[in-house]
Amino acid sequence: MICFPEPDPAILARRPAILAALRDAFPDLAIIDDTLRLAAYETDALTAYRQKPLAVALPDSSRQVARLLAFAYREGLKVVPRGAGTSLSGGAIPAADALIVGLGKLNRIVDVDWANRCVVAQCGVPNLAITHAVAERGFYYAPDPSSQIACTIGGNVAENSGGVHCLKYGLTTHNLLGVELVLPDGELVRLGGRHLDSSHYDLLGIVTGSEGLLGIVTEATVRILKRPASARALLIGFAAAENAGACVAAVIGAGIIPAGMEMMDQPAVAAAEAFVAAGYPLDARALLIVELDGPRAEVDDLAARVTELARAHAATSCRASSSEAERLAFWAGRKAAFPAVGRLSPDYYCMDGTIPRRELPRVLGAIGRMSERYGLRVANVFHAGDGNLHPLILYDANRPGELERAEAFGAEILELCVDVGGVLTGEHGVGLEKRDLMPYQFGAADLSVQRRLKEAFDPDGRFNPGKVFPLLHRCAEEGRVHVHRGAERFPELPRF
Amino acid sequence: MLKPRDEAEVAEIIAATRGPLEPLAGGSKRAIGRPVEGEALDLGALRGIVDYEPEELVITARAATPLAEVEAALREHRQRLAFEPPDWTALLGTAGQATLGGVIAANASGSRRLSVGAARDHFLGLRAVSGRAERFQAGGRVVKNVTGYDLPKLLAGSWGTLAVLTEVTLRVHPLPECERTLVMAAREPAQAVRLMGAALGSACDVSCAAFAPRLGVALRLEGFAPSVAARSRALLEALDEALDEAVDEAAAEALGPDAGAAEPHWLEEESSRALWHEVGGARALARYPIVWRVSVAPSDAPRLLERIAPEDYLLDWGGGLVWIGATRADPERVRGALESGHAMLFKAPREVRSAVPVFEPLPAALAALTARVKAAFDPADRLNPGRMS
Repeated sequence: MICFPEPDPAILARRPAILAALRDAFPDLAIIDDTLRLAAYETDALTAYRQKPLAVALPDSSRQVARLLAFAYREGLKVVPRGAGTSLSGGAIPAADALIVGLGKLNRIVDVDWANRCVVAQCGVPNLAITHAVAERGFYYAPDPSSQIACTIGGNVAENSGGVHCLKYGLTTHNLLGVELVLPDGELVRLGGRHLDSSHYDLLGIVTGSEGLLGIVTEATVRILKRPASARALLIGFAAAENAGACVAAVIGAGIIPAGMEMMDQPAVAAAEAFVAAGYPLDARALLIVELDGPRAEVDDLAARVTELARAHAATSCRASSSEAERLAFWAGRKAAFPAVGRLSPDYYCMDGTIPRRELPRVLGAIGRMSERYGLRVANVFHAGDGNLHPLILYDANRPGELERAEAFGAEILELCVDVGGVLTGEHGVGLEKRDLMPYQFGAADLSVQRRLKEAFDPDGRFNPGKVFPLLHRCAEEGRVHVHRGAERFPELPRF
Repeated sequence: MLKPRDEAEVAEIIAATRGPLEPLAGGSKRAIGRPVEGEALDLGALRGIVDYEPEELVITARAATPLAEVEAALREHRQRLAFEPPDWTALLGTAGQATLGGVIAANASGSRRLSVGAARDHFLGLRAVSGRAERFQAGGRVVKNVTGYDLPKLLAGSWGTLAVLTEVTLRVHPLPECERTLVMAAREPAQAVRLMGAALGSACDVSCAAFAPRLGVALRLEGFAPSVAARSRALLEALDEALDEAVDEAAAEALGPDAGAAEPHWLEEESSRALWHEVGGARALARYPIVWRVSVAPSDAPRLLERIAPEDYLLDWGGGLVWIGATRADPERVRGALESGHAMLFKAPREVRSAVPVFEPLPAALAALTARVKAAFDPADRLNPGRMS
């Protein structure tokens, strides 16, 4: 049960005056303030929670963002930045007394710089559009979050997004050279550029993954890479999760860094197979997909090495893709895992912790026991190469108490992740969702240090209120409404 | 000199004293930055590897653990710090042993920074004591982690001005099965940057790319043997095209008769490693009293060199890192020539570093934000005051 911060009654009372002043100051700015159209902004991909904002503004340039934030600063208005609104942790969920700054209109690729192998894009450019802009010469932008057809590069910076291939190619932070950032007082600054590393404190590193709490990124400069010459995937079945876990460790230990290394447990495999008939071995207790990319000679060599390691770890089946179509078929089941699981149950809740790789079997076992205790089924998919778990807890929100049980189950999984030396979130962010779990991972002093850093950027605490840090003040009434089958946001996005 | 025995004592000392403090351990980088007037806080006792799990590719060590000790432990398991902490002692003419905490505090990265990231990108977690004498931890022991602000990034390269690192956790990588470096002629910087760009823009996974007038262009390949063999062939093909492009004869002339290396040739294994040890440490510039370290967009490097006309230089990071050797600091000339990036007066006599801004001066809004960040950690300006100015 997550609650929203108590809205400032003075701001709510002044809403008409604020809106009038906003329209007055920005005659050309798109502003949304009618109840019907505000509904489109009341949640993101954490659909169990909803809240209508004060209003939505849709600026169309960096300069307008800067002027808008200067206005908000003068008015003491809270601000919630929003890209495509695909956050799974509630990062873009509004507050009742906050202005949503929607950045979808800043959707221009500013420059493709082949000489320096980078792209400058406005913050509202979708992740995949960057790759499209450079595909003609065989380049691509490496971080590939599953929502990449929709999610924006500005949102990727805010969340430090990863993706299936981040094991080899890194997260957003490793592929980002610079940003243009509007600070909470409306000041426009540049961090980084087309060069490497900072001349002073690495503020770019701090802004990346700051979940919209420190300002609004209006433009990003990212590195692009030449697409690898070839790629193959291996589909490896195991009779026990322990064997799969040991195989993952052996692959990493052999010095092989696969482009991706995914694991699914039997319920996830069964659901995916029933959904897309990918040809997965149904008898496997755990299934690994190992993708290798690079020059053909390298890929073939590594495929042979991984196959050998799989045999040494008692794989019950091992197939290497022999064509691009087959490689994509191997992935089809994994990419369909979320909707496939969605067919098993009216609702599911996706978790996102990271653990040391060696803890995989132990944590899997514990999740199985929790599943029995909570009386809720669970299917597990992992980015196994980097220990990032995505347990999917199945529940039915129409049954009284089941959502609460699912949330409690999820919290217990994340606490277990911390207990075994891992962290609360590997890629979805803390947001609203995991805010109240932060003290489980961080002590009071650790959180104070982070809060003071926030204050250095945003002394009034106006940016993305109620996210990341446990609330210091009183809660408003819970803002959650039941969202049910058919009401899922972005059903068209693959989630993995 | 203050000599805490552990993290608790670091906090006690910061709490119990008033004046400025200069945290240090090996002292190998003490000659970098604006000289600090403060009492030395010798962290030498905070040493030793706390936890090394080769199978998790992660190591935790106390901040003052000598880098050599860490690297030896990693080598035993055929692993390494992939960002290749450079050995700057020859360049700086300093003694003292580099420590892991010092490497992080300086965000010291070698030639492989280009392909695998900087020290900051391998820095997963930390324990530290802030200028408020507050003990805290941040980050974690796993690579994939977006829980809270990425404080390791902020503390990497903060030169001990925000907090005293007491324990650091780093990601490690397996050693490659083999490595080799292609060395080839380039007649002038523009051609060299084009060649390096062609190599880095290929799918050959070039891990390092450098150029110096007497060396030529050097391109490093690392990995499994069949892969390196295949990429070697592909690299030569990718370079063929770029080689056909025009050379700026005037610029080539200015470099003198020994410009570039002779025929393209490969340096294998030990000689490849030795070359990159030289390049990463910018050892060729050791004889100059003044050394600038300039980070720019690679395509700006040739024009930058033209404008500065330095006595000597070295391009690393595909042209993105320009080392300049000089007898006079001449900050107006160097900083005036910058179109992008930033210039650091990396090596200079103490009196010069006291008079010239060592770090690139920041625009007003960023300077103000930076001061607020500093105050968040160290409001009384106790830790290394002024070092990053």
